[in-house]
Amino acid sequence: MIAVVVQPTPMWYLLLSAVLFVIGTVGVLVRRNPLVMFMCIELMLNAVNLTFVTLGRQLNDISGQTIVFFVLVVAAAEVVVGLSIIVAIMRRRTGANADDLADLKG
Amino acid sequence: MELFVFVCAAVMVIVGAVGVVVRGNPVHAALSLVLTLFGIAVLFVAQHAEFLAAVQVIVYAGAIVVLFLFVVMLLGVDRAEDLRTDSLTGQRPLAVVVGLGLLGVLVAAIVSGTDAVITRGAGINGATIDTADANIVQLARSVFADYVVAFEVTSVLLVVAVVGTVLLSRRRATDVRPVSGRPS
Repeated sequence: MIAVVVQPTPMWYLLLSAVLFVIGTVGVLVRRNPLVMFMCIELMLNAVNLTFVTLGRQLNDISGQTIVFFVLVVAAAEVVVGLSIIVAIMRRRTGANADDLADLKG
Repeated sequence: MELFVFVCAAVMVIVGAVGVVVRGNPVHAALSLVLTLFGIAVLFVAQHAEFLAAVQVIVYAGAIVVLFLFVVMLLGVDRAEDLRTDSLTGQRPLAVVVGLGLLGVLVAAIVSGTDAVITRGAGINGATIDTADANIVQLARSVFADYVVAFEVTSVLLVVAVVGTVLLSRRRATDVRPVSGRPS
């Protein structure tokens, strides 16, 4: 019977957030639906938030959590504006695909 | 105990994130996103960031995902995307290569920098968290004292976002045109 209980170190949290960030990046690169691309950007933002909270805890500094607070606000504003742009584009056309949005190309 | 919480939350986060990427239906992707966001909130609680966990659940899982689902329903794009084919040849292998490279760089950075992090401080626990509301008190002092200018600028940002959204989504009276017509 192993009596030693392993406690997760900050490095575990940082590695988890790195994995989450990479999954979000691959999602942005792979998916073609603009809505799902936005969701993958949210995944990347959450990975960065987790990093901030972990490092703030480890460095004994509350500023990490403050920055996460601001990131949440900016993410909300970003999603609102981005989704309204998507709605404005999709209202005049039916294609829900990022490849269909190349009309501005000269 | 913290190990158990961490493992459960990590599984939630990874499963949800993979679900966002591989699910074809946008509604399923949004629900997978909720799973990930809850996992992140659990990890926030495990790291003594209780207020941020509450804000995470309310703002992200409550508002942003509902906004996503609302737009999905509004646009009627909730049919499954065909994920079996690449639209660009070689897009997926290149994306996987880029992802693995990025993961390698991040892991190398974390492993090489972890000594500097761990030796800097004991962490926010014990001495600094002695009462139940210590996290909120500390965060409020930080937001409203040290970062008050950024906080005020945030309000400007929110106003700009709201005005921009209303302008973008407003349908003018002269804007009604047949679907096949050219945008003027």
